[in-house]
Amino acid sequence: MTVQQSDLKLDGNAIGGLLREIFAMEMTTAEGTCAHCGRVSMVGEVVVYVNAPGAVVRCPSCDHVLMRIVQGRGKYWLDLTGVRCLEFSA
Amino acid sequence: MSSRGPRLLEWRLGTVAELVQETPRVASLVLDVPDWQGHLAGQHVDVRLTADDGYQAQRSYSIASAPEDPRLAITVERLDDGEVSPYLVGEVRKGDKVELRGPIGGYFVWRATDARPLLLVAGGSGIVPLMAMLRHRAAAHSTTPTRLLYSSRSLDDVIYRAELERLASASDGVTVTHTLTRMQPPGWKGYARRIDRAMLAEVCWPKDQMPITYICGPTPMVEGAATLLVDMAFDPASIKTERFGATGGSS
Repeated sequence: MTVQQSDLKLDGNAIGGLLREIFAMEMTTAEGTCAHCGRVSMVGEVVVYVNAPGAVVRCPSCDHVLMRIVQGRGKYWLDLTGVRCLEFSA
Repeated sequence: MSSRGPRLLEWRLGTVAELVQETPRVASLVLDVPDWQGHLAGQHVDVRLTADDGYQAQRSYSIASAPEDPRLAITVERLDDGEVSPYLVGEVRKGDKVELRGPIGGYFVWRATDARPLLLVAGGSGIVPLMAMLRHRAAAHSTTPTRLLYSSRSLDDVIYRAELERLASASDGVTVTHTLTRMQPPGWKGYARRIDRAMLAEVCWPKDQMPITYICGPTPMVEGAATLLVDMAFDPASIKTERFGATGGSS
């Protein structure tokens, strides 16, 4: 079996459950601003790769990494360096 | 019914009330879930299986039932090398318990109160969340003009075939267009190729009617169709996509 990168490419809908473990809100409608290009995307429309150990979230416009989420040993590691601002409804 | 609400997303047990074999590889599980909070058309649930040794595997499945339906239905395609789907399609029996959490998602949802013409584009099992929208539309007695373009490998792979025929013949504004990409029955007069620009131009609404579009299926199909619509000058903000990865392929 040949695994192509596109096989593993999903979108922000795929991490809706994972984000609800971390945040109290439904997060696929949250809007994140890319720290690299400034594009504002809804979490539902960002690019997500789940083949990494955890999830890697990329900007749909410039492809820079927005977030990395790793889970294990009863902990979460959340790297949000690539998101300048994350906005969501209370 | 609220999709947000600051409450913890908890695992709960549903009981399989009914099993529907949709195609040779696809089955629907109709579940009784105590205290289900309700959902919106297009949302999904996470399903978790636990082996005797404690090993757990978890997958996301789109909800197929309408918010108005009394029970929750998911539709699952069996992937032969999968960890979860071979159990859900083939092994699970009526009365079995299934662990799930949800509803999840707020981006890829449609409400019947949205009056914009609706374009639905599905590849393979990507039909499932779109079926929840069509069922919601019917249950809410919506007459929103709606077009579905549905790409399958063959006629036998078309999920919900009979129900889609009924919805299309109800004369309340739904048209269903199939394309069969690999095998066509004798005398097939419909499309017999992957979704392309000419097909979208024939099937979808003129962009000046300001439609809202939902595209769901394998990642390459979803990105291909969305790119074509943007090239055709549709407003990107009115195109919502959900990628299923390589699974459930229609190619």
